[in-house]
Amino acid sequence: MSALLKSREFILAVVLAAGIALIGIYQPVFVEWDNLSDMLTETSVLFMMALAQMVVILTRGIDLSVAANLALSGFLAALVSQYYPGVPLVLMILAGVLSGLVLGMVNGALVAVLGIPSIVVTLGTLAVYRGMIIIIAGGDQVNASEMGVSFQAFPKDVFLGVTTPIWIAIVVSILFWVFLSLTRTGRGFYAVGGNPIAARYCGIDQGWQEFLAYSISGAVSGLCGYLWVARYGVAYSEIANGYELTVIAACVIGGVSIGGGVGTVPGALLGALFLGIVNTALPVLQITPFWQMAISGAVILAAVVINARAERRPDKLILPEARRLGRARP
Amino acid sequence: MPDPILTLSGVSKSFPGVRALRGITLALEAGRVTAIVGENGAGKSTIVKVLTGIYRPDEGEVTVRGERREFFSPRDAWAAGIAAIHQETVMFDELSVAENIFMGHMPTASGNLVNWHEMRERAAELLKRIDAPIPSGLPLKRLSVAQKHLVEIARALSHEAQVVIMDEPTAALSANEIDDLFRIVAQLKAEGRAIVFISHKFDEIFRIADDFVCLRDGEKVGEGPIASVTEAELVRMMVGRPVDQVFPKRDVPIGEVVLSVDGLSNATEYADISFDLRKGEILGFYGLVGAGRTEAMQGLFGITPTTRGRVLLDGKPLSIRSPSDAIRAGIAYVPEDRQDQGAVLPLGIRENVTLANLHKYVRGLFLSRAAEKEETRRFGRRLAIKAANWEQRLAELSGGNQQKVVIAKWLATRPKVIILDEPTKGIDIGSKAAVHDFIGELAEDGLAVVLISSELPEVMGLADRVIVMKEGRMVEEFRRSRWSAEEIVGAATGARKEAA
Repeated sequence: MSALLKSREFILAVVLAAGIALIGIYQPVFVEWDNLSDMLTETSVLFMMALAQMVVILTRGIDLSVAANLALSGFLAALVSQYYPGVPLVLMILAGVLSGLVLGMVNGALVAVLGIPSIVVTLGTLAVYRGMIIIIAGGDQVNASEMGVSFQAFPKDVFLGVTTPIWIAIVVSILFWVFLSLTRTGRGFYAVGGNPIAARYCGIDQGWQEFLAYSISGAVSGLCGYLWVARYGVAYSEIANGYELTVIAACVIGGVSIGGGVGTVPGALLGALFLGIVNTALPVLQITPFWQMAISGAVILAAVVINARAERRPDKLILPEARRLGRARP
Repeated sequence: MPDPILTLSGVSKSFPGVRALRGITLALEAGRVTAIVGENGAGKSTIVKVLTGIYRPDEGEVTVRGERREFFSPRDAWAAGIAAIHQETVMFDELSVAENIFMGHMPTASGNLVNWHEMRERAAELLKRIDAPIPSGLPLKRLSVAQKHLVEIARALSHEAQVVIMDEPTAALSANEIDDLFRIVAQLKAEGRAIVFISHKFDEIFRIADDFVCLRDGEKVGEGPIASVTEAELVRMMVGRPVDQVFPKRDVPIGEVVLSVDGLSNATEYADISFDLRKGEILGFYGLVGAGRTEAMQGLFGITPTTRGRVLLDGKPLSIRSPSDAIRAGIAYVPEDRQDQGAVLPLGIRENVTLANLHKYVRGLFLSRAAEKEETRRFGRRLAIKAANWEQRLAELSGGNQQKVVIAKWLATRPKVIILDEPTKGIDIGSKAAVHDFIGELAEDGLAVVLISSELPEVMGLADRVIVMKEGRMVEEFRRSRWSAEEIVGAATGARKEAA
């Protein structure tokens, strides 16, 4: 029990609850369901992207190309909608996911097979993927009027009082949780990032785990690409520019260790929620965009400092009485 | 007798649980090559570290040209004219030869700027002095190991070193390169420098050394002109203890052949490794550090690819392409550095114990936490792992308990064959005894054990048979009933047969 109370996730949840409560006292409109629903819908892409990024970071990698992948895949989905309006919506979404998956597999192959550092690979593919949008679009964009009706309506649908993006984020989160905590492959990500040599001796294929991580990251980016484009009703090369940094920040705030091997689904979700609240609450509190950026930055720095403290080697429990108490200094 | 350049008198050094050096006294004279010989762990590298200012002795004193000196850092040793050439070169790969030679004391022009011109000139001059045709502007990474040694020698000369220590300088050199190196050693000798030469290879020692100092268990057990001893006498001096009484060998009935390896080879590291291993048997692999034992076992376990060879387990041929194939077949490999190569620190005890055979805990589609817990509890109790609970992260456990978790992980794979690579390296005497006891227990439980160890008493105390490897090949096999320490060390070092 005490372990739970001291856990990163619990502390983050308490801070978030307190924050929401404080903002609610100052601006009651913020805690009304409509507003919270808007906030969650707005953040749903970040939830999923943070989870996918976490899997990559668990293997000691980083995927900087997620936002570019999101933009390119979203653009392709929009093109399908524009030129083949008769295609069922499911296939349009699938087009986005598949495109994302393929782009992610390219990253995975470069990292896992050729052994190139992920930061270099994904920095390169980031530029390539963005460039491809410009080549395909010829500098043009797909506007709301050119996209299909159902294509755009789906992210605004409400089911049982909750918008579809939130439902999708919930389902994806559950899938990630099951995958990471209940399957062998999921455990493999933690092993490979926690100690690659030990994982190898245990018969865990590091290359395969890495390939999977980037593929998953790509597929989720593709799905989010559709949601993004359909929700905002426009697809062009500059969509979600720099968004990869927000995604990584969500992971860091959520306690995912950049050194690999450490990170939980609730942690990453809370990290994303934190940024979601900061980004939606600050306008409600009439704080200027400049201060919004400064505050977001300060929060990220604070999280990094807390992480660095948490990643110090913990004291070992060598004293018998310490073992009985059961927990080293966090 | 001329005054020695450097003397050690009564030098002792202890580490927790180990006395690395005990009352060592020696004198190095100008123009002579002194070979320091001894088994692995006899204290040779500790002496080098004391001489080069990396360790400070607990007792005793060092004098240079009759003056008492204390070295607080490698810089002090340099200043006193002592330079070392290490086994693995410790230099800067991306920098030029000249920069490597003068790192730490680069010639400067006015305003403390590096005088590149002078540095290159002087570097070229030093290299010329040792007849080494290496362009001083070349980045170090483009040089061969032999050439890097030459750069290190030039660096030593740049310090006007009077004492040059060479710690296994020939380990990675070809015959021609060794000839070149020895020519330079002769030249340094002729210039009146004192040379300390550390090597495992007897032919080299007898070829180059003038004097020898023999160490055993941190003590000096012999010294004198090299011409006054034979190889056989030197081996006897190195080993010199009755080994059989140290470990009580358990009497275990030896069963049928479990593992049969035939002609296992890889392109560059080992060749023609063949042996049979029986149930309940402990097979020792002895050799000098770097003889290819670990590499051969890693090949067997599927960590590195093999080019040739057959492996049979229980009479059935195995195709091992990855560690998971080996684990499934029933082979476990406990790597040398169990903490670094075995423990996944951010994960809990349960997750570590089950990591090597996760497929056994899958119920339906998912991992069963209950099944994982049950197995963890079983092995945790058996190995007496001390922890608050089985979910505790490994980072929070003491080193000894982390090691136990790693061993539990391998036992949980229910292996038929277990390969233990240096199982007692770096642990204190008390824990060693416990590990030895445990290895005996494994054999009693019917496992077939491969024991790689560089400690002769350990191998001779535990093993039923010993295979000696040298330079990637098996050179000799010894049975418990008729073996002697001298013969085994002789085989490992390549001392001539008359030793026996």
